[in-house]
Amino acid sequence: MSSVPAHGADRVRVLSMNGGLEFDRGTSVSQPPSTFDLFVDRGFRALSHVGVMLVLLIIALLLWEIGGKALPGMQRAGLGFITGTTWDVGREQYGILPAIWGTMYSSLLALLIGGVAGITMAVFLTQDFLAPRVAAMFRTIVELLAAIPSVVYGLWGIFVVIPFVRPIAETLHDEFGWIPFFSTSLSGPGLLPASLVLAIMILPTVAAVSQDALRAVPFRIKQAAYGLGATRWEAILRVIVPTASTGIFGALVLGFGRALGETMALAMLVGNSNQITLSMFSPANTLAALLALNFPEAGPREVEILMYGAMVLMAITLIVNVIGSWIMLVANREPRR
Amino acid sequence: MRQLSRYALCVCAVLALASTAGAEEKVRLTGSGASFPFPIYSTWFKAFSAQPNAATVDYQAKGSGAGVQDFLNKTVDFAASDSAMKQEDIDKVAEGVQLLPMTAGEIAIGYNLPGNPTGLKLPRDVYPAIFLGTVTRWNDPKIVAANPGMKLPDLPITVVRRADSSGTTFVFTQHLSAVSPAFKDGPGVGNTVNWPSSDKFVAAPKNDGVTATIKQTPGALGYIEYAYAKLAKVEFASLQNKAGAYVAPGTGGGVDALLSVKLPPNMIAWLPDPDGAKSYPITTYTWMIFRKNNGDPAKAAAMRAMVDYCLSEGQKISDQMGYIPLPQAVVAEVRKAAANIQ
Repeated sequence: MSSVPAHGADRVRVLSMNGGLEFDRGTSVSQPPSTFDLFVDRGFRALSHVGVMLVLLIIALLLWEIGGKALPGMQRAGLGFITGTTWDVGREQYGILPAIWGTMYSSLLALLIGGVAGITMAVFLTQDFLAPRVAAMFRTIVELLAAIPSVVYGLWGIFVVIPFVRPIAETLHDEFGWIPFFSTSLSGPGLLPASLVLAIMILPTVAAVSQDALRAVPFRIKQAAYGLGATRWEAILRVIVPTASTGIFGALVLGFGRALGETMALAMLVGNSNQITLSMFSPANTLAALLALNFPEAGPREVEILMYGAMVLMAITLIVNVIGSWIMLVANREPRR
Repeated sequence: MRQLSRYALCVCAVLALASTAGAEEKVRLTGSGASFPFPIYSTWFKAFSAQPNAATVDYQAKGSGAGVQDFLNKTVDFAASDSAMKQEDIDKVAEGVQLLPMTAGEIAIGYNLPGNPTGLKLPRDVYPAIFLGTVTRWNDPKIVAANPGMKLPDLPITVVRRADSSGTTFVFTQHLSAVSPAFKDGPGVGNTVNWPSSDKFVAAPKNDGVTATIKQTPGALGYIEYAYAKLAKVEFASLQNKAGAYVAPGTGGGVDALLSVKLPPNMIAWLPDPDGAKSYPITTYTWMIFRKNNGDPAKAAAMRAMVDYCLSEGQKISDQMGYIPLPQAVVAEVRKAAANIQ
């Protein structure tokens, strides 16, 4: 994005230099920029600036709106809001720790499943395992996943995923119940089915961005690896994937962000129960689902509290993105040391 | 060029004529609120609006609380609510408020057991205990004792509740609190309450979500509007009423419950635990909310016509849609009160 205005600026400089010379308009191919060219160029530059400013303005407005509405709630609920574990509207007790826990748990589990699947899929589709046409078809199918509405995923989760994982979950609980992750029996909605569906939902994002990253690896690097006698897997795992790692990591951060904010499918699948547990078969709650389910009927006082919750969700997303960028920075610096 | 502008002028004139003509023909009423009566309201409004010279009615099912908010903000002509309207909210409306019960519904306790046994009976001390998390297994001696001959599995009871804030939860918790002091002191009454913390309590959004979750979970039990339970063919339990009899949800038990309470002048009657040998215990009215003084005679007349249609023609389809037709005595009273909409 940032390189576009820079190119534009270069071109203007070159053009204006030419503009100082005399040209015979009849014979020469190159011409000084017309007023129209200059107008388009400057206009585009101005437009890009306005675009950037608009993005900042929208974020500022969001913070102003939500923050302003959340302020009374923040004063009332204080920090106990983040550490509290009960949500009781009638008694005005609000605590979102279980929701924060559930949000992180489901998103991380989804990232683990969806991330691995997405990256392997990207490798499979870009590293000449398939005929180009077949690969293109697969790509389209994966991208189609992104077009399915959230509610459909939720219903699919209830009617397909839950019945599918139930016997597996029961066996795991019976045989390995001593492992904290399997310590409760699956009652239906819960963290595991929610995370599985979430993983499929973030798959197109992770796969598409990783594919771009893998495709951006220069062909000569690949050739060089083969030239040095690397096998296909050595070339992929030791050379190509590490070269594309920045982009792949970006894909994971994007996917994680998407998982954190996903609402409707999770509201239908996670069980919306305020529990802090390690068991993936237990129902839990997520921030986005909590907000979406409580907003429609909230009174003015509760809205303030929900806005506070929205601020917390925004803060979590911001922190995740900052940590992501920081890891990327560190990872990029390392080879040069 | 001149010809073109003349042509444009013509088109404008025609459009202007058409729009004023349209405005004279139809009064438009907008309403928002409860989602529980939405299926029947939308059927009523569609049929009512199709009549010649009748107003067009737009109704948005946003939830009872949101409807009352819209009504207070004057963005709608009328609202609908399952939890009536709080006195403090009524006091905020300078024009005066007229609540009218338009239909009534029941809340069923749906369940899903392996082998689909029908006719589960739940005693008065058991179903509040299930929702308090103290009775946790299907083969609990109390359930077995009430259901001789029924094969009850050794399964945990997965309680399914509403995840969103809803009038259904309000009515249901109001009943449980009336029946069980422990429930009243614990979760209490509200559009959302603090349910017991257990991994066997799951929540799903809206009536459809609860219904789907019950249907997909062996050993599940949850509360849903009877209309939805009937539509989705979920098995529902017979509940023991105040008189000690087991009554299944349905029109008969509902009408008996409604008849057991007399409507007060403000038309807000609750039936947290109705008397009567055949009354279904969890029955409730649902209201439409109007302003007494609308400052627009055409609109007020349209609203009265709408209410009249719902009370006469509308009640005939209540039964088949899973709602309870209002008893004749109630209809007469509501009709009288509707005259206050001016």
